[in-house]
This record gives sequence, C-alpha cells and structure tokens, in this order.
Amino acid sequence: MMRRRRFSVPLLIATCISLGIAQTSRPQSKASHTSSAGNITSWKQVPIPPLHPFNPQQPRRVELPNGMVIFLQEDHELPLINGVIRIRGGGRDISAAKLGMGFIYSASWRTGGTRSKTGDELDDFLESRAARVETSAASDSMFLSWSSLKNDFDQVWPVVIDLLQNPEFRQDKIDLAKRQIMSAISRRNDEIGPIAQRESNKLAYGPNSPYARTAEYSTVAAVNRQDLLDWHKRTVFANNMMLGITGDFDAAAMERKLRDSFGNWPKGEPFQSVKTEFHDPVPGTYFVEKDDVNQSEITMVDLGIERNNPDFYALEVMNELFGGGFSSRLFVNIRTKLGLAYSVGGGIGADFDHPGMTRFSVATKSSSTAAAIEAVRKQIDDLVQGGVKESEVKKAKDGILNSFIFEFDSKERVLAARMGYEFYGYPADTLERYRAGVEKVTVADVERVAKKYVHPEKLAVLVVGNSKDFDKPLSTFGKVTPIDITIPPPPK
Amino acid sequence: MRSVKFRLLTIPLFIFFLASIIQAQDVSSFEKRIAVKKLPNGLTVLVMERPEAPVFSFFTHVNAGAAQEVIGITGLAHMFEHMAFKGTDKIGTTNYPAEKVALEKVEKAYAAYLAENLKEVGRDPQKIAALEKAWQDAIEAAQQYVIPNQFGEIVESEGGVGLNAFTDWDETGYFYSFPENRLELWAYLESERFLHPVMREFYKERDVVYEERRLRTDSSPQGRLDEQFLGAAYKAHPYGRPVVGFPSDLKAFSATDAGNFYKKYYVPANITVVVVGDLKASEAMPVIEKYFGRLPKGPAPEPLRTREPDQNSLRQVILRERSQPFYYDGYHPPDLHDPDSAVYDVLGDLLSKGRTSRLYRSMVRDKQMALSAGGDSSYPGNKYPSLFFCFAIPAQGHTAAEMAAPIHEELEKLKTQDVSEAELQSIKTRAKADLIRGLADNQGLALQLGFAQALYGDWRELFRQIDRIDKVTAADIRRVAAKTFVEENRSVAMLETKAADDQSAKQTKGDQQ
Repeated sequence: MMRRRRFSVPLLIATCISLGIAQTSRPQSKASHTSSAGNITSWKQVPIPPLHPFNPQQPRRVELPNGMVIFLQEDHELPLINGVIRIRGGGRDISAAKLGMGFIYSASWRTGGTRSKTGDELDDFLESRAARVETSAASDSMFLSWSSLKNDFDQVWPVVIDLLQNPEFRQDKIDLAKRQIMSAISRRNDEIGPIAQRESNKLAYGPNSPYARTAEYSTVAAVNRQDLLDWHKRTVFANNMMLGITGDFDAAAMERKLRDSFGNWPKGEPFQSVKTEFHDPVPGTYFVEKDDVNQSEITMVDLGIERNNPDFYALEVMNELFGGGFSSRLFVNIRTKLGLAYSVGGGIGADFDHPGMTRFSVATKSSSTAAAIEAVRKQIDDLVQGGVKESEVKKAKDGILNSFIFEFDSKERVLAARMGYEFYGYPADTLERYRAGVEKVTVADVERVAKKYVHPEKLAVLVVGNSKDFDKPLSTFGKVTPIDITIPPPPK
Repeated sequence: MRSVKFRLLTIPLFIFFLASIIQAQDVSSFEKRIAVKKLPNGLTVLVMERPEAPVFSFFTHVNAGAAQEVIGITGLAHMFEHMAFKGTDKIGTTNYPAEKVALEKVEKAYAAYLAENLKEVGRDPQKIAALEKAWQDAIEAAQQYVIPNQFGEIVESEGGVGLNAFTDWDETGYFYSFPENRLELWAYLESERFLHPVMREFYKERDVVYEERRLRTDSSPQGRLDEQFLGAAYKAHPYGRPVVGFPSDLKAFSATDAGNFYKKYYVPANITVVVVGDLKASEAMPVIEKYFGRLPKGPAPEPLRTREPDQNSLRQVILRERSQPFYYDGYHPPDLHDPDSAVYDVLGDLLSKGRTSRLYRSMVRDKQMALSAGGDSSYPGNKYPSLFFCFAIPAQGHTAAEMAAPIHEELEKLKTQDVSEAELQSIKTRAKADLIRGLADNQGLALQLGFAQALYGDWRELFRQIDRIDKVTAADIRRVAAKTFVEENRSVAMLETKAADDQSAKQTKGDQQ
C-alpha cells in the first residue's frame, strides 16, 4: 500500500535536547482489563501504557580552531564505522553553461583516484575490505562518505584524506562520467514520471532557475578537467566542511584522530551561493504529449515556503490532513472513493534556505484525465473555501506527535538531523520547536494558512499523457501551452 | 503494495557471516534475543529484542503470492493485499450487519453482470448495461455504511510509520512500525485484519489496482519489457505471469474470489509474524498469542504442483518502442534448496556487485557500451526455481542487441578460467559486511528474519548460508557456470528503439537523440 511521506518534513528531524516525547497514552480502563481478546469490541478498549522513558544519545560537537565542525556519535551495536563529510556548494552553484558539472565532479572525484592511486586501484583496495568510500552531489553540497568494518578504519581513513587532499580527476574517468550523463540525458523522455517531475520543476521555479534547470549535451561537453580542479580548490577547506562520524569507536580517541587529520588545514573564504530571485509560476494548463502510455501524470505546482516561516507548523498539519496519509482528503476522495488513481498526494513544500515547491499530483488513466484534474481542483477549492473539521486536525496532529519518537530511532538518524540543522544555521532546539509548534496548531490556524498559501488560481497545471484518449480536451480548462521536450542535439 | 521486484528485501538473503570476526553478532547472540513459538493454531511467532529506541517494527509474512493463482484470477493475491487495508467488521463500518447484507447483494449483481458479459454466444448489450447498472447501484447502496480508510487512519494517528505491504510471486507481506507502548494495539489490529476481513469497496479498489498496473507496466517501457521477459522464460510455472495480473483477469475477478483465496491461504499454518524492537519476549509473546491465537486453525494449503520443465531452446522477445534500449537475459538454475545455491550467490556478486564486478569493468569501464550492467542470482523469486538474471542498459548510441556478446563473453570466461583466490575472498568478505549492515534497523531485521523463517522454517538459515558461501571454490564456479550458461537455457528480452516514422511529431524525433 503506497503511502507518501509527509510532504515537507525531512525524515531526519532531531536535535540536542533531552526530550519529553509527546505521546498519547490510554490507561487501562476497567472495561478493557481483560485477559480475553474476545471481549474487545473496539480498538479503543486496547490499553496503551506510557512510553518507556528515553533520552536519545546526542552526538558530541567539536569545532576546530580553523572552523571545521565535527560531530561524533558512538554506536556500539555493530562493528562498523560510517561517516560523511558535507561540503558547501553544489549543483545550484554551477554556471548555466556547464550544467552537469556537479555530477561529473562528484563521480570522477572518486573514480578518478588520487595522485598516487588510480580509482580502479582504490576500488580493489576497498572492495577487498568490504569498505566503501563514495562521493555524491546535491543541490547545495557535495558529499564524501565512507563505511567500513571497524577494524579496517585505519586503512580506509587514509583513502578519505587522500581524496580530499590529492584528487587527480583522471581524464578517462571524466570522459566516463560525461558519457554516463549524456546517456542519461538521452533517456530522460522515456518514462512519464520523470518527465512530469522535471517539467513541473521548471514551471514552478522558472526554466532557468538553479532549482529547475537541467544538463544538456552542450553543457556537459563544455566541462573540462580544470573546472573540476577549480571547484575542488574553491570548496574543499576546513571551514567549508562539516564531518559526522558514527559507529563502534571511542569518541575521545576518534576526536584525537580527526584533530590530527584536520587540525592544520587552512581556512578559506566561506562559499556563498548566489542569491536567487523567485517568481510565481505562470498559471495555466501545460501539456506534454506521450503517445505510448495509457495513463496521464498530472502535476499542479506553485512556490512553497521556507522552513523557518512561522506558519510552517500549521502547514505541516494541513499537509498531513490534505495529502499525507491513508486518511488524507486526497487519498480518501481521489483514490478510495473515486478509484481514479493509485498514486495521489501533495502539499505545500518547505525548504531550509529557499522556497520549497508546492505540488499536488495524481496519475490516472488517459480516459479520466479531465475528471482527475477536476476532482483534485475540487479538493483544493474545498480546502481553501470549505474549512477543516476539528476531528481532521486532531487526527493529523496525533499522527505527527505520536510518531515523533521515530525521529530518534537510531543514533545515526539523530546525528544526521543534527548535522542538517547546523548546516542550514537552524537553532539547536529546532526539533523541540517543531513539536511545540505542531501541538499549538488550531483549526483556525489551518484554515488561515490554507487561504494564505494554497492558491488555486495561481497553479500551473502540467499534464503528461496521451491526448487522443482523454475524456475531454484540456482546452476545457482554458488556454493550453504545449511543452516541447525535444532533446537539443549535441554540438557538432 | 509493491507488486514486483522487492529486491532490497530479498537480496540480503544471499549473505553470509564469519562468526570469528563479528563477535557481537554471531548466531548465539541472536539466539539469546530471539524467541520463536508455534501457536496451537499453527501460526509461527518470532520475537527479537532490540532495545535501541522505544519503538518496534513487525512483518506479517503470508506464504501465498501470485504463484498460488491460476489463470482467470491472476492478480488476486495482490488484490487481497489491498483489501487488507479496508478494515474489519468493527473498523471501517457504521453498521456491519446492514453492510454485510448490502455486500452480498453486490456480489449477486456482479455475478449476473459478469456472466452475461463473458458470454461467448448471444451477448445482449442492453442486458449487460442493465445488469451493470444494477451492480453499480448495489455498490452505491453498500457504500453508505463505509468509513473510508479507517484502518490506516487508526494506525497513523496512533503514531504508526511506514504502513505498507507488498505482494510478489512467493509471498504477501504486511509491515509498519509503532512506538513500543502500542504493542497490544498492534496485536489487536493486525490479528483483526486477518480474522475478520471485509471485502468492502472491492470494485473501486480494483480500479485503483488497475491504475497501479498502468503505472508500473502499461505506461513504462521497462515495465512492458519485464512482463514479456518473464513470460518468455517461463512456460508452465506461475513466475511467468505478472503479479499485478493480466488485464482481463483484473477486470473480471470478484470479491467472492478474493474471499475464497483468503480462506484457502490465510490460515495460521501459512502465516509467520515477526516483531523486532524494544520489547521483552517474555512479555510480548503472551500478548501476541492472546490476539493471534484467535485465528481459527485450518488445513495448510497444498504445495504448488507445477515445476518449470527443462528449457531446451533459446527464447527471445524483442519490443520495438520509441524509447531507449534495454537488454535482459536469464538462465534457469535449480532452486534454493539445491546444494549449489551458494555458488549462484557468489556468481551473482562476481558478475554484478560494484565497480570491481566483471560486468561493470567489461561493459561500463572498458568497452564503454553500457550505462550500467549487472544481475541477480535469483529473479523473480526465492521459493521456486528462479532465474539467474543479467541486464545491461546500453550507453547512448548502442543497441540492446550489442549487449549480448560482451555479457556472454563474461559468462564463457567463468566456464574456462578460474576466478582468482583474491576475487573470491573479496566476495566472501563483502557478503559478510553486507549482512552486518542489514542488521541495524528493526524493519529490515523483521523482514530478513521473516523471509528466512517462512522460507526455510528456521531463521538460523540466514546464517547457515554463510558457511555454504564460505565453502564455494573456483572449481564450483566453473562447474555451475558450465551447466547453467548454455544457449538452450537462455531467455533474452530486448527493447530496441523504433525508428521514428515520417508522420511522427517532432517530440518523437527528439526522443531519439
């Protein structure tokens, strides 16, 4: 049974406080105090004792004199040591002429090896120890991560340091990465889901936005080895990196090791992303023809909010009741009652340092495309105009608060959340604020934010599908703007 | 409701373990934390204590999947999985006695409609329309008693996360996680779900499932290829049929069919329940027994009779589509109880795991023909003889057909050249580490233990495979490769890019880039 995750809360929400986890419990009533399950006539009679007391272990935070921040989290359950270094600067910071460089950089950083060892030699060395050292690119950062059996840490750690200090970016691996990204470009119009994702991003943020633009053959071809070396130099220095490590080690001893490794690294000029301007999407109906499918992917988008918006908590509750789980309005009405879709959901998006993307989406058979658009629109209108019920708000809040404990269900998760908040400059008690914020949300709050942030008239509606089988022409909804997804050919 | 390829969960079964290296995680340390009990009604319960955080996860494994279907009801195991979210006689209804009567009327009306609609001679369109209307009216009448999705609503508002389920050919699985203080609530909800399931909203949900088919299969070039590949590789065994069902069956089977499937296969002897997390076995077991002990005993279903006959000819399917190419091939090996199962696991790893694997180095790194290449030692299932599977995603400018030669070249090498001791040792070490990496979360553990317990009757089998893999030699690999990778045992599926025709739109030409 598919369920979409809560739309905008990163799974990893946690911080350094000792928590009183909010939890409802239900004392054993006389009626339910029975040894026979047969007497139970309602789930409400099943007793729920108080939750075991729990103080999640917090990572130790160390800031080196050169500005590098390190988090250490001991976890002795398994004989492993895992870690990650997050480096500021990512895909959104790549120049428009060289899009794709983020992937090429992160791939060939690892596969291109170091001055003394080729990437293939590193592969053999690591695989024989069942260890991993990998690199990856995100919108705002690059990641270098590793995992090994604890006894192999002292052999694997020098590989991590060598990659940071002496990356070689060998040309054959740059070429391999470029061929791979070009192959991926050639495949990007094969499946409707990814087409809808890509094109709706462009509608929400604008086609040239750092949060929506895509690599092309020409921009990939423009990337050269010097670009990668320059990027590395520009981003890899002590106060632009954050390190998190977890596993079966002694934190004090590990801290010494890491201080030895990074203590004498120089500081640099902190990386700054260029400020981006955000504009509302142009409302209307947009269409991509795909004549080899029998299902339409419908996506309605708008700009969302930043995570530090005080209305965030009310929107979380609204998202939960509108497009969150099994009992949300979109799921119940579009899927369960109308049988129009397997996949349906959505809500107001929030991101840490820029507006998230509001997205409502549904996939339905070609012959109910218009019906599904109307049905989702009706739900959106009802949300804005019709208000919400007390019982819905309670149910949504209960769901968020009763499952809050899962934000702490592993030491690694607590570590990852802590790093995330630190990275984006959010306060250490962000999680506590989240819980308290959600607890305070009222029906009036949800109704107010629904009116303020859900804009039916401003939505850009994208349909990817097979128009000859639609129940009604899309022009029923007004002017239709066709989108040409032809892949621009490679430069000669 | 994943219906196909629940890979992440099945691959960890191909793992092994070296107790000397992992003192803290050997079998005896598991023994201390695991309790297994067969209840008087035949249901197996496994509890594992893992007090890392005040939460637990569970996995209900029902030993029935798409392989238990016959033609006419394909897709029904998966359909029942969806129905297990519809509630019970106490959850999801405002008035069960009245609803029950209304649902019986729906079934009668549907049977009449279907009989007329399926007539081979003398179908009467007017009569069909009238019967269809009567059926739809009956559905409408039953709907008035429904509280939609109340089961999921209770789980979610009580703090459940990851509420989900899957169906594959071998089994049907249900799982989610709860705070530890909801153990008894979980035991009540999960047992009620299989004690008193109600086939409400069946025909609307059948439409939802059909949308799932459109999503995963009909509207996806790769999904279309997957279906054709298994159809070519299996002539008799149900592994050749889609889990989600054939379109005609999806439009025909009834709530009565689903109820019959449930009665036959959802008997306690066919169910294994695994709970992992912050609980004490001595306290949890009685609670679980109190609720799950209520399921009435029933006869264990008959084992599947059909075995795939030996393949004696090369089989090949080619789809020509306006999308980029894919290449698959597969070979029938024996089943998991075969003494060579560990050899296949090693072979799968050797060919396809990571950047040191044979297929990556040959096809992605050196020949630069593929965007990615790999395989799986047991596809699509584990319970019955399954395929040794290889795939390649051609790099830009290469066709699917070009993938065959380099893959077969690697397979031939396995027959003629011994794998090096270092390579073999590396594979054994990796498998061990992968096992350990899979032990760090409740849900993953519940799934792994459940698969092992249900498939082999003993969770320890998870660790015994270790010893077998550890004993695999270079000679074993040559021997097994020689008997498996032969042309008459091969099934190939290729998706090739269809040339754009003159009338096609300009998008289409763009797709060819």
